[in-house]
Amino acid sequence: MLDRRPGLRVGLLLTPPMLWLGVAYLGALAALLVTSLWTQDDFTGNIERIWTLDNFRQLFTVDVYRTITLRTIGIAALVTVVDAVLAFPIALYMAKVASPRTQRLLVIAVLTPLWASYLVKAYAWRGMLSADGPIAWIANPFGLDTPGYGLPAVIITLSYLWLPYMILPVYAGLERVPDSLLEASSDLGGGSWTTIRRVVLPMAFPALVAGSIFTFSLSLGDYITVQIVGGTSQLLGNVVYDNQGAANNLPFAAAVATVPIVVMVVYLALARRVGALEDL
Amino acid sequence: MAQTKTLSRGLRGTLGAFTAVVLVFIYVPLLLVLLNSFNTDNTFGWPPPGLTLHWWKVAWESQGARDALWTSVKVACAATVVALLLGTLAAMALRRTRFFGRNVVSLLIILPIALPGIVTGLAFQNEFSTILGIGLSLWTVIIAHATFCIVTVFNNVQARFQRLGTSFEQASMDLGAGRWTTYRLVTFPMLRSALLAGALLSFGLSFDEIVVTTFTASPHDQTLPLWILNNLFRPNQAPVVNVVAAVLVVLSAVPIYLAQRLSGSQAEAINIP
Repeated sequence: MLDRRPGLRVGLLLTPPMLWLGVAYLGALAALLVTSLWTQDDFTGNIERIWTLDNFRQLFTVDVYRTITLRTIGIAALVTVVDAVLAFPIALYMAKVASPRTQRLLVIAVLTPLWASYLVKAYAWRGMLSADGPIAWIANPFGLDTPGYGLPAVIITLSYLWLPYMILPVYAGLERVPDSLLEASSDLGGGSWTTIRRVVLPMAFPALVAGSIFTFSLSLGDYITVQIVGGTSQLLGNVVYDNQGAANNLPFAAAVATVPIVVMVVYLALARRVGALEDL
Repeated sequence: MAQTKTLSRGLRGTLGAFTAVVLVFIYVPLLLVLLNSFNTDNTFGWPPPGLTLHWWKVAWESQGARDALWTSVKVACAATVVALLLGTLAAMALRRTRFFGRNVVSLLIILPIALPGIVTGLAFQNEFSTILGIGLSLWTVIIAHATFCIVTVFNNVQARFQRLGTSFEQASMDLGAGRWTTYRLVTFPMLRSALLAGALLSFGLSFDEIVVTTFTASPHDQTLPLWILNNLFRPNQAPVVNVVAAVLVVLSAVPIYLAQRLSGSQAEAINIP
């Protein structure tokens, strides 16, 4: 019977995952949007189900929040660019230059830090960047100093954390570029640079975009790295974190959280157009 | 595949050197964590004034770290079981079928990992405590973790289905095996290593998750990342945290080793030209 009714089969198989993701998860996201339109009683701390756009008005008109929003998007973009610039040559070396044996070792070398805890890595950079840490120790004799804790430290640490997320899809994308294409380009008189610029880069572009979804999205919501190496600077995530919990202002936190949702939905829609979602 | 001669010698050399430098940059901070776990100075002055095993002993005896480790293992196992079930079902449903909602379903599976953890975390916290009025507990953590783990299993199983096609199962059916027998004797063995790889990734994701956990755990529940974060800024706990961090760095080699073994054996087990 199931063989004759493929629709029924798909329906039965899909029901449990769709109940989980479609109802519980999408429901939670929808509830978040609804909550962002509610308000909170300042005295009792209870959430009052009164419809208002005040949270969004506050988010868009108060200077601090506007600055933090732009800063967060800027940092996420910068981290993404840094990771793309670092990842592309490595991925190219792995896919097109290294011997199969080296290639395998490099994949392991890139994957291993991905399994090391996020906190451990952020924390490691706290040690690296501290006033009596190794960077200061190396830089001091040259009259330089560690950047210390602040936004530059956040950018360094986030780029470090998400680099493997960029290398791996780009490597997979470059692996799929046939060597014959590179040979064709060189036979037609293209030098190495021309080949990379006009053949390899355009073909690797969807993979770069796929990797950028992770680097961008992960940076956009981060607040813990900022706590560890960011000194006093704040990102959107910190605003959300500081406003959540029963004692604080959950409706406002929800309104702030809609910013990364909107940014990511737009980003995913653009990524879809270049065919990057198949490379995830 | 590798070793194209079309790129110039100089460029190949530059790419190699660049890769080497970035790898150093990737590993130095991790080595620093390892080394600092032996540092006698509890503010980790560099270079270390001396080496000691003292912190390792203190960490070994730390009840808080042990409890947190156990909690993390429980959560990661439970989330992985849910992800295995739901991810496999979804991949099986999308196989061989082209219906209008197909892209919607795959997007829905990717979404929890594509959106920042803070969104997923806050959305679940709000759903549980404000909307449904359920108190936060380990269960709410597991539900939230499973949601973003589904994609790891789904991706692995789907890739395996695509690679293997349906001919093995059709052969089995042609030879008279029923649906269930075919699943048990053909489909499942074919999927086994993909399921293991997906489960491994899912366990790792859940074990390491901090943001979603912060938002969905009750104040009494402490997973290992929460324990680390809570103790990171306590001066007399910092060396103990560093030892735990060092252990995690060393342990991260285990899943990599397992994954290599899996992919190695799978190439041998399935001889597809």
